[in-house]
Amino acid sequence: MNLEILEEKIGNYIKEKASSRDEITLTCDRESILPLCRILKEDEALSFDFLSDCCGLDMSPETPRFMVVYNLYSIKYKHRLRIKVPLEEADPVIDSVIPVWQAANWLERECFDMLGIRFTDHPDLRRIILPAKFDGHPLRKDFPLEGM
Amino acid sequence: MTEESITLNLGPHHPSTHGVLRVQLELDGEIVVDAQPDVGFLHRGLEKLSEHRTYQQILVLTDRLDYLAAMSNNFGYVLAVEKLLEIEVPKRAQYIRVALVELQRIASHLFWLGTHAHDLGAMTPLFYMLREREDIMDIFDGISGARLTPSFMRFGGLAADADPDFVKKTKKLLDGFSGKVDDYERLLTENPMWKSRTQGVGMMSTEEALNTGISGPMIRATGLEWDLRKSNPYSSYEDFDFEIPTGIRGDVYDCYRVRVKEMRESARIVSQAIDGLPENDGSPIKAKVVKFPEGEVYHSIESPRGELGFYIVSAGGKSPFRLRVRPPSFVNLQGLNKMVKGRLLSDAVAIIGMIDIVLAEVDR
Amino acid sequence: MIVEILLQIIKIIAIFAVVMGCVAYLTLMERKCLGFFQIRLGPNRVGPWGLLQPVADGIKLFFKEDMTVLHANKFYFILAPVISLVAVLFCFAVVPFAGNVYIIDIPVAVLYLMAISSMGVYGVLLAGWSSNNKYSAMGGYRATAQMISYEIPLALAIVGVLILSRSMSIVDIVNAQKGMWNIVKQPLGFIIYLVCTFAETNRCPFDLYECENELVAGYQTEYSSMKFALFYMGEYAHIFLASCLITLFYLGGWNGPVLPALLWFFMKVFFCAFCFIWVRATYPRFRYDQLMNLSWKVMLPLAFLNLIVTAIIVVMF
Repeated sequence: MNLEILEEKIGNYIKEKASSRDEITLTCDRESILPLCRILKEDEALSFDFLSDCCGLDMSPETPRFMVVYNLYSIKYKHRLRIKVPLEEADPVIDSVIPVWQAANWLERECFDMLGIRFTDHPDLRRIILPAKFDGHPLRKDFPLEGM
Repeated sequence: MTEESITLNLGPHHPSTHGVLRVQLELDGEIVVDAQPDVGFLHRGLEKLSEHRTYQQILVLTDRLDYLAAMSNNFGYVLAVEKLLEIEVPKRAQYIRVALVELQRIASHLFWLGTHAHDLGAMTPLFYMLREREDIMDIFDGISGARLTPSFMRFGGLAADADPDFVKKTKKLLDGFSGKVDDYERLLTENPMWKSRTQGVGMMSTEEALNTGISGPMIRATGLEWDLRKSNPYSSYEDFDFEIPTGIRGDVYDCYRVRVKEMRESARIVSQAIDGLPENDGSPIKAKVVKFPEGEVYHSIESPRGELGFYIVSAGGKSPFRLRVRPPSFVNLQGLNKMVKGRLLSDAVAIIGMIDIVLAEVDR
Repeated sequence: MIVEILLQIIKIIAIFAVVMGCVAYLTLMERKCLGFFQIRLGPNRVGPWGLLQPVADGIKLFFKEDMTVLHANKFYFILAPVISLVAVLFCFAVVPFAGNVYIIDIPVAVLYLMAISSMGVYGVLLAGWSSNNKYSAMGGYRATAQMISYEIPLALAIVGVLILSRSMSIVDIVNAQKGMWNIVKQPLGFIIYLVCTFAETNRCPFDLYECENELVAGYQTEYSSMKFALFYMGEYAHIFLASCLITLFYLGGWNGPVLPALLWFFMKVFFCAFCFIWVRATYPRFRYDQLMNLSWKVMLPLAFLNLIVTAIIVVMF
């Protein structure tokens, strides 16, 4: 896979692209995540049929504060791609990609649990690892390591 | 759901949930109407902790992820950091790593097979499996000083070079191994009761499994020939000759066959790695790491349970800015609900066994 | 008269002691045998070769705290283990160990056996129900269904034996086997009886109502201390009873050359008990629906077939 194909297929969604250590990272807007993922999965030349991972980052003190990262894999072409979506601290909400990959279900729940990022249209957005009554989101940088 | 359905809490302490998994079962008589897994009882905040520990210290934490395959966790983490550092590993170190990790795969699969057979009521196989696993643990003990939590890998190599004793012990293990696997298969493979308990239970199509994110032996049991060791080789896996065993229907039986065949293939890889072990050419077996550069990497390996990925974001400091573990059993466990629905309670136990979860890895 | 009663009481006590002794050492035998099957040693710390292990177990269980679950139905909770042991022990009243070693030989002994041993299911059912625990309850339900399902082919298999010996007295049944054991005349009946016995005694591969991997410990989940011990003894007494009955009905009882009758009997019984352990170490467990299918779709028709063929042969020849 090369950047040209990506440019041709999803060029209008890409905000930034970077390539280092044989890994391609694309950045896009949160509005475009669902249509972008659909294309990535369904397009014959890309065929990212496996969602390896979906996780969140707390970039503070940078703005925008949050980042949702999707690591994709294609069984057919054996290539990988990383999609990053920045989210504002005031409104950390993004569309769920469950319609594209079922695998996102628990991964998004974990992301919600750990960072407080909300996924719209997620069928079951509850805390998954921490108890339901837990206060705070531990992977945020302002959450103390100990002594809470 | 009928009016008479009862809610049964399977776990968090139950003999066959392999740790602290809790599954909320909705039962209509013996039939499972709904199954909601509840995880997190073993959460130790590994990802948070990693942000406050140095890269070297985190290696020790990775041992505690999947304690049945600690070598593999070390391996995955070390490879990800090496990708970040962009350093080459000496060929000899790569081969020893492969040998260790494949031994670990055998040990992990042995333990799985034993406990899984025990879940289905066959109590004897477990003890035979443990006997062989103990030999592998001995080898680890000899080379690293620890059985379960070796922390043996280092960035750019290994903590120590392999001694002749390691080679001797491993060769001895491999000599009798194939015959022993034959023995296990004689106990189970053609046993009509084993077949009736496992065939047609927990079936899944390849598309469905792929969409659910299932990886490792479970997806190979559905017939997809996908193994990261072959498709995206790392650490000289391209040098070795091995097959990817696959199943057809993706049921518990196929999964069992796949794992047993994988043990044989792993034994082949180990013997190739030991036989073809390059001489120590005087270059140090591990690299000296001074500074960790900025950047982000994702590297995944084929752990005994599936795709084990490490996503590291570095801001250039001594600790990673963010370390994310992609745990295979966590994602595989998502498929439980789909597979269990409409089956009997006994099948639920078989299916939980098939997924081969290690709760320490699920909860991190 | 008084002497007779006294003699009878002594007999009862003696047989009771022998049975309980055998039951205690059956547990040790099981653990030792399983140890050897599973490349480990089994108990070997208490006494020479672990011979005092059953005593140690007894003492330990006796001194354990006796707990009753808060929401349990106390009366039935305590009654259940008693029923399950007593039902089995009552059966030994009619079980002869040799031609003249028995408490009583009644002409309807087999009928009595069937009636009393069926009581055992009440112990399990009540335990499961009164524990107020879902695992226990499921164990109890499973037990009821399983016991009822397997009692029918079991009884039908015995009828074959009864037709051959033309008596319901166990002593008569054994004496009728002097020339040839029933296992030769009734091979199918023997197999049906054996399988059903495994199910009746709740042994692997039919140990569905206490299988630890699904139901934790089934009906006995909430039991501890001596109440648990009663269940435990009941289970092993049941195995001992089942081994005795297999020996008496099919393996010629105490008949055998050279050696004394009692020795023959106990050799056969312990061989049967060993088979129970052997099977446990070898096979995986059945699933619930498979268990039911086996009973109603395989065992029951086969038992009828066996019965009809036996009847026809007896009438014809």
